[in-house]
Amino acid sequence: MDDKTLRRLIGDVKDGRLSRRRFLTRMAAVGLTAPLANQLLSFGGVAMAQSTFNYAPTKAGGGGPLKLLFWQAPTLLNPHFAVGTKDQNAARIFYEPLAGWDPEGNLFPLLAAEIPSRENGGLAADGMSVVWKLKKDVMWHDGKPFTADDCVFNWEFARDPGTAATTSGSYKDVKVEKVDSHTIKVIFAKPTPFWADAFVGGRGMIIPKHLYEGFTGDKSREAPTNLKPVGTGPYKFVDFKPGDIVRGERNDKYHLPNRPFFDTVEMKGGGDAVSAARAVLQTGEFDHAWNMQVEDSVLKNLETGGKGRVVITESGNIEMILLNNTDPWTEVDGERSSIKTKHPFLTEKPVRQALALLVDKDSVEKHIYGRTGTATANFVNNPPKFRSPNTKYEFNIEKAAKLLEDAGWKKGSDGIRAKDGKRLKVVFQTSTNAPRQKTQAIVKQACQKAGIDVELKSITASVFFSSDVANPDTFTKFYTDLEMYTTTMPQPDPEVFLQQFLSWEVATKANKWQGRNISRWKNEDYDNTYKAAQNELDPIKRAALLIKCNDLVVNDQATIPVVARPSVSSTSNTIVNRLSGWDLELGYLHEWHRKA
Amino acid sequence: MADYLLRRLLIAIPSLLGISAVLYTVLALAPGDPFQELATNPNVPPEVQEALRRKFGLDDPVYVRYFRWLTAMLQGDWGYSFVSRVDVDTLILQRLPTTLIVIGSAQILALLVALPVGIYAATRPYSVFDQIANTLAFVGFSLPTFFTGLLLILVFSIWLDWLPFVYRADIAATGWQFYWEHIKQSIMPVTVLGLFQGASLVRYVRSAVLDVIRLDYVTTARSKGLEERVVILKHVVRNALIPVVTLIALQMPVVFGGAIVTEQIFRVPGIGSLLISSMLANDTPVIMAVTFVFACLVVLFNLIADILYGWLDPRISYR
Amino acid sequence: MAGSTHASPTVEPGKPAPAVEATFSPRREAWRRFRRHRLAVASSVILGIMILAILLGPIIWPVPINDINFAATLQGPSLSHPLGTDDLGQDLLARMLYGGRISLAVGLAAMAVAVFVGVLVGAVAGMSRGWVDAFLMWLTDLFLSLPTLPLLLLIIYLFRDGLTATFGPEGGVFILVVAVIGGLRWMPVARLVRAQFLSLREKEFVEAARALGASPTRQVFRHILPNALGPVIVAGTIDVAAAIIAESTLSFLGLGFPPDIPTWGRLLFDAKDHLDIAPHWALFPGAAIFLAVLTINFIGDGLRDALDPRRVL
Repeated sequence: MDDKTLRRLIGDVKDGRLSRRRFLTRMAAVGLTAPLANQLLSFGGVAMAQSTFNYAPTKAGGGGPLKLLFWQAPTLLNPHFAVGTKDQNAARIFYEPLAGWDPEGNLFPLLAAEIPSRENGGLAADGMSVVWKLKKDVMWHDGKPFTADDCVFNWEFARDPGTAATTSGSYKDVKVEKVDSHTIKVIFAKPTPFWADAFVGGRGMIIPKHLYEGFTGDKSREAPTNLKPVGTGPYKFVDFKPGDIVRGERNDKYHLPNRPFFDTVEMKGGGDAVSAARAVLQTGEFDHAWNMQVEDSVLKNLETGGKGRVVITESGNIEMILLNNTDPWTEVDGERSSIKTKHPFLTEKPVRQALALLVDKDSVEKHIYGRTGTATANFVNNPPKFRSPNTKYEFNIEKAAKLLEDAGWKKGSDGIRAKDGKRLKVVFQTSTNAPRQKTQAIVKQACQKAGIDVELKSITASVFFSSDVANPDTFTKFYTDLEMYTTTMPQPDPEVFLQQFLSWEVATKANKWQGRNISRWKNEDYDNTYKAAQNELDPIKRAALLIKCNDLVVNDQATIPVVARPSVSSTSNTIVNRLSGWDLELGYLHEWHRKA
Repeated sequence: MADYLLRRLLIAIPSLLGISAVLYTVLALAPGDPFQELATNPNVPPEVQEALRRKFGLDDPVYVRYFRWLTAMLQGDWGYSFVSRVDVDTLILQRLPTTLIVIGSAQILALLVALPVGIYAATRPYSVFDQIANTLAFVGFSLPTFFTGLLLILVFSIWLDWLPFVYRADIAATGWQFYWEHIKQSIMPVTVLGLFQGASLVRYVRSAVLDVIRLDYVTTARSKGLEERVVILKHVVRNALIPVVTLIALQMPVVFGGAIVTEQIFRVPGIGSLLISSMLANDTPVIMAVTFVFACLVVLFNLIADILYGWLDPRISYR
Repeated sequence: MAGSTHASPTVEPGKPAPAVEATFSPRREAWRRFRRHRLAVASSVILGIMILAILLGPIIWPVPINDINFAATLQGPSLSHPLGTDDLGQDLLARMLYGGRISLAVGLAAMAVAVFVGVLVGAVAGMSRGWVDAFLMWLTDLFLSLPTLPLLLLIIYLFRDGLTATFGPEGGVFILVVAVIGGLRWMPVARLVRAQFLSLREKEFVEAARALGASPTRQVFRHILPNALGPVIVAGTIDVAAAIIAESTLSFLGLGFPPDIPTWGRLLFDAKDHLDIAPHWALFPGAAIFLAVLTINFIGDGLRDALDPRRVL
């Protein structure tokens, strides 16, 4: 798909010849997420759709307690320090961004008075800046007014290297200016089609300037407000015990009418996912539990308890198997899987194709993940309603065996194929997690039938996902032939995501294995296309180039996608809430209420 | 005696320093770092991780980090957690009361059950009571706590719906209600832990009493016409207590250290759960503080046990 | 406190004293006494059968351990699957038989390591006093305070590759697992043995032996150690159970055997989330661990009775 087609499609949507949903489907099929597709549309002058939600309560308060169970306990409440989504969600009880993402990938305003668009002049045609108008009369919990100065301060706070803010990626390359007391302008260094990143969604929460002034950079840890947040959100801070519990009470001066519904909110942490599901679905001790990394058969059994239901929210996570393109068993200059080596057989196209054919995705979906993981052929996020019918995957042991046979891999007496003295034996590693070990078992069985010997290895997650240079078992070192993990796509813009296939991003000893390209896949065409996309000034041409990058990755089996993993939560039957896969679990907390 | 005590206490100082050095080295060299979630998140620039590593001093040589920790600790500064950035002593103090209550009650329960059952079983070896007690004890330590805990949850929370299985340190109720809620939520964790520890203690007590009860002086005492109860309590138990005291001294530091698995199952916000989450996140300052306090208690209770041996058996001399 | 000399015909309370029989050689005497302990004999037979089943299992029950069958998941015991199946439809009997080899071998070997090191350290500390005692107790305290998880990760990181290179993947992992579990569980034994030694070495019968010129080694092996064995045997049986369970937690850290090897502890752990729908999955490995612990304990009791110098039954 080139940029002319893209432009024509956007024009079609504008003129009403193509529905917005059809457009999003086409974009998803070529690797663009719904939020990015929506932003492209807004460049073409198509404003974002307004999301609607049926909010029943007619007055604020009176809803009693809301009890949330997060089995990974929050440990930080400053959104700029948040290490994982658990911390971001805890912070989201008290803090708010300018706007959030709805389930369809549209923006909805929170602290912003309106969503910037071409019509209202918020969005520059060249993609170089965006102007946000802020809501007036919003108060911090301590009664001070919220203004443009707070936004500018957050930008300064987050981009300061001394702060080491985890949100710095969204702020370090932009410039934020105050236009008037309730208007700010975000200026980009280059045309940015994905213009809604700073101040938006999970990494856009805004902290108060008047309480953090003097606590920037190296002193940021000492701010007392880190532990006693003062925000603009629907609930005010009561109590926080890191790793255990966060409690809040209703903000009676909240800026949205009749909200929030609950009088108090608590987020209890700790334990494991299965028992968290039990507490919501079976005993009803809690109203909502997050991130149910549990096999579907177990969840279904718990749902018969009748107290709650499992809620599936589409998001951008893909569980995938990476094939090592370098040799993990030869050490060169003090590192294995060195980019100077070549894998003895995994770089052969027939072997790669055979391995892709040996992953029984349907069984993995049906018997392990169920509703919590959908078999997928595509490396990009694809919720079912946007799913392209053109991508296919296949599980076929005979076909795989034939591919190998034709490529000269003959079965030996032990049933394992070999060629030129090389045996098809692979070591397959992943982190310790019951569904992953079962997926490993399924893959191993199919491979053995096709004549590939598989040795399984599981590593505790705290080691596997660490950036510790000394440890040989981290996923970035990739000292095995195959590995499996979930790649998250928290940013809807694929530019960051597609970095993981660039030749200069290869994880090596020289960059302390911080490089993003873990499979060590290299493709000159890909590199050039990506470079062209980075320097492309026209947002729509750039989108077309990124689509081409995605095609190259998918067609060469650079990875084997296994299942798309939506976020899975458990909710009490009495709770009415709304969850968006593009935002935090609690992104709509102000709308949550209980059935009458 | 006082001389001996003073000498032991003086030895304790270098020995604790040595332990702290080994502990720190193990923690510093152990693989992993506190940035797992940052590593898989493509939105966080690698510079952030590097800046944090520098900020936390993770790139310095181990001995530099150890001496920095030691000097700060001697001045009462335990450092701050890499994960929550809260001072370590605040974190530990937040969790200490819950740990003492839950794990302490479990220990007391274990002792209260194990001592009488073990003694009674030993006085009637191979009787029906002894057989039942032994079988239960074997079940008790053959089954891991993750399993018994789950079994209790299924029975008492899910099927019978009597007890809550999520422990809450702050209960909103007041007065009797407050105590009642606390007792209700403590029953299962205390039972799981108490029985697991009680089970092995029963076996030790039984064996220790059985060793003594066969000795001549017990027969002599009996033949003097002393009442059986007096014989058992005055002559047998006191002599059998040496291994029991050893075991209790081994167990007491655990009251501070918490019980990792049980706390995890019931979401008890104790020191055990703090320790395990810190270990999984490689939060060195927290692990170091907890294990070092634990080490101090281990040394202290070892000393107390040595003194008690002398009281139980005066022929053990202090040298 | 009353003295206690050994080797007089003491009896269980309530039982008549047996007649003194003709003397045998010590070994035959011990065997005779062991045979008297009916539970110990029965336990030996049961444990023997278990070990035999595990060794010959694949011959008697030739079902592959990792044959996935989605048509037969979570089935209860039946003729085709005597112990039922797990959630991938794999046969539990075959898995139990296969995993039992590792579980029992690890349990027994780790127990042996823990008891051996514990007795050695405890005995030396209890006999020597002074600086040696202080150092050994420091070592015990140190091991008691070491945080297990970081230590394990460090050990894996330092030694796994070297060991697997020397002893092959299976042998290397086995040595590592046994050394780790045994090496982290000897401390209670050492403390118990030392406490017993402190008390026993001052008893009359040891003093008598000392006065008769018995060497320290002879004092230990002939007089003190046999009387200190009670708690050691208890600790040994507890260690077998603990080692079988600990092995399964190790494999979660990537230290133990590969994740697809179904040891008993691993089976129990995998079964826990399905406890309410498929109780059989947990029941059999749980029962196997229990039975192993039970029989080993009774054999231990029988051995103690057989070797106890005070008992003349």
